[in-house]
Amino acid sequence: MLKFTIRRLLITFPQLVVLSVLVFIMGSLMPGDALSGLIDPNIPAEAIQARREALGLNNPWYIQYRDWVFAMFQGDFGTSIFHQRPVMDVIGDRLMNTVWLSLFSTVLIYLLGLPLGLVSGRYNDSLLDNAITGYTYLGFATPQFIFGLVILWVFGYNLGWFPTGGSVAPGVAPGSLDYVLSKINHLVLPSFAIALIGLVGTVQYLRSGIIETKQKDFIILARAKGVKESAVYNRHVFRNSILPIAAFFGYEVVALLGGSIFIEMIYSYPGMGRLFLDSISTRDFSVANVLILLYGFMAIVGALLSDIILSIVDPRIRIK
Amino acid sequence: MSENLIEVNNLTTSFKIGTKYFPAVDDVTFSIKPNEVLALVGESGSGKSATAFSLMGLHRKARIEGEVNFQGQNLLEQNEGKMNKIRGGDLAMIFQDPMTALNPLMKIKQQIVETLKIHNTKSKSDRDRYAVELLERVGIPRPDRVAEAYPHELSGGMRQRVVIAIAIANRPKLLIADEPTTALDVTIQAQILDLIRELQDDLNSGVLLITHDLGVVAEMADRVAVMYAGQIVEVAPVRELFKNPKHPYTRSLLNSLPSEDMLGKKLHVIQGVVPALNKMDRTGCRFAPRIPWISASAHEENPQLRKIADDHFVRCTCYKHFTLEDGSEPDVGVEEYQIETGVEGGSAR
Repeated sequence: MLKFTIRRLLITFPQLVVLSVLVFIMGSLMPGDALSGLIDPNIPAEAIQARREALGLNNPWYIQYRDWVFAMFQGDFGTSIFHQRPVMDVIGDRLMNTVWLSLFSTVLIYLLGLPLGLVSGRYNDSLLDNAITGYTYLGFATPQFIFGLVILWVFGYNLGWFPTGGSVAPGVAPGSLDYVLSKINHLVLPSFAIALIGLVGTVQYLRSGIIETKQKDFIILARAKGVKESAVYNRHVFRNSILPIAAFFGYEVVALLGGSIFIEMIYSYPGMGRLFLDSISTRDFSVANVLILLYGFMAIVGALLSDIILSIVDPRIRIK
Repeated sequence: MSENLIEVNNLTTSFKIGTKYFPAVDDVTFSIKPNEVLALVGESGSGKSATAFSLMGLHRKARIEGEVNFQGQNLLEQNEGKMNKIRGGDLAMIFQDPMTALNPLMKIKQQIVETLKIHNTKSKSDRDRYAVELLERVGIPRPDRVAEAYPHELSGGMRQRVVIAIAIANRPKLLIADEPTTALDVTIQAQILDLIRELQDDLNSGVLLITHDLGVVAEMADRVAVMYAGQIVEVAPVRELFKNPKHPYTRSLLNSLPSEDMLGKKLHVIQGVVPALNKMDRTGCRFAPRIPWISASAHEENPQLRKIADDHFVRCTCYKHFTLEDGSEPDVGVEEYQIETGVEGGSAR
């Protein structure tokens, strides 16, 4: 298991190299660079050219790539041309915000999704099941940005129960209890907006898993052993039904880390999704490249996480 | 004549198709004595397994009527809690397909211990030890290793031995074996049948053996009940049934067995299929549509099981007028069949 994990992590390295080259080439193929959007008629063209030369933007892409990689190995991820700060500083705060948001959303998704799926699958075709599946279809059909807006409008704007934007109230000292509470308060709306839509897949997977598992022979054998109905579900049906969910867990977490752009925009939540979008539209490639590498790394780790979880739950694919 | 272990009276199990209920088991009555093997034979869809599941109370969405008297109580009137004490305890079941009958995510030992825990109050170490003993009892080599294995690491025959170990874990008084060898290859079949007989002798328990394999019946059964379209059409001790079959269905079944003097010739086939539950004509003799050359007047209007000899019961009067389609008398010479397949087993009792 340990050997497998280490080997999988070592494979990520060439994958990241290929990814970084591709990203770099695609970045250079895009028209314009960080300076082309800032043209002020008062700045002489020679000054801009000099600036380009100084930043190395006139070099061919492979020279730029080499310089970038060398610098990275020395711990220098470059400077954001747009923010005029080191890339790591820019990403740092945003990364933590996004980690908290996806953590809250993930916990909510499984906390709400698993019981709903369990009830829905166990009592399939009952009134309750129809209500739950009805909700999941509605959830599949609702765009997240619409749902996010509605939640924001109702609970943030009209009822005023929760703040409508930001990640923390201004003027609260970092590290204090108030700061933590304020952070949590700011997380409630966006994480519910993500989770209430995001859980529909989990509910459907679990529901169909349970409906399929509960008619299997070993479930009948469990009943024939005299196992109580509640234990039949807890011990036999449930574990066999969460396999597809376990298989998707890693991907789900990664998708949340990278994919809450809409919600971050709507709630003006300073996370990575927004940073990524901004860095591309301002041609701030030093930030965009590092972010893409980070996403790539997380995707690989997520797949690994899924494999490890699955092998723990299912002995048939246990890694030796 | 000893006391009956289980008495099934007028058991009718109906399933809902569309909006109406249709009986898959129709007014079935039989009994089993301790240490007796009753074989329930018939084609697929004749209601054999539905009968077994009704006794075990394993039908979720069926309407079950009648009476199942087992150890002084009617099983059909017990609540879930009481049934859970009986199921896997005094009344246990062996399933048809060992490849799917074990939970793929649980160790063999856990699956055996689970039933021990429900029915005994023994300590954990006792249960663990007993689980390994059970595996040894059903002929599994290196039982301590197998106990720690998962089902996918075992072969089909081994898994069926585990399923049997689970069934006998609490020394059941009645063992229901639902086609225990159908999914196994022939050499393993013989081993499993030997094992079941051995255990039955040991535990002195009654067995309801469900099968469509007449070879298995000849080898294992004391008495045979032949089922067709949800009804029992003939009941007789095994020798009597093979030597002197009466009902056209029984005779057609025996006649379609391959035998040596049939070498190179076409086997007899019963024409048609068992009618679907909701398409069945429930008046008159249910086998009549499959022997259309027998005149309608030969059949009874409302066929009942009638005693024609000691312990030999037949439904409908049509047996008196039965011939094969070409007008010939069906062979009754299946005595040899019994000798061939070895009544050696019979001597074990």
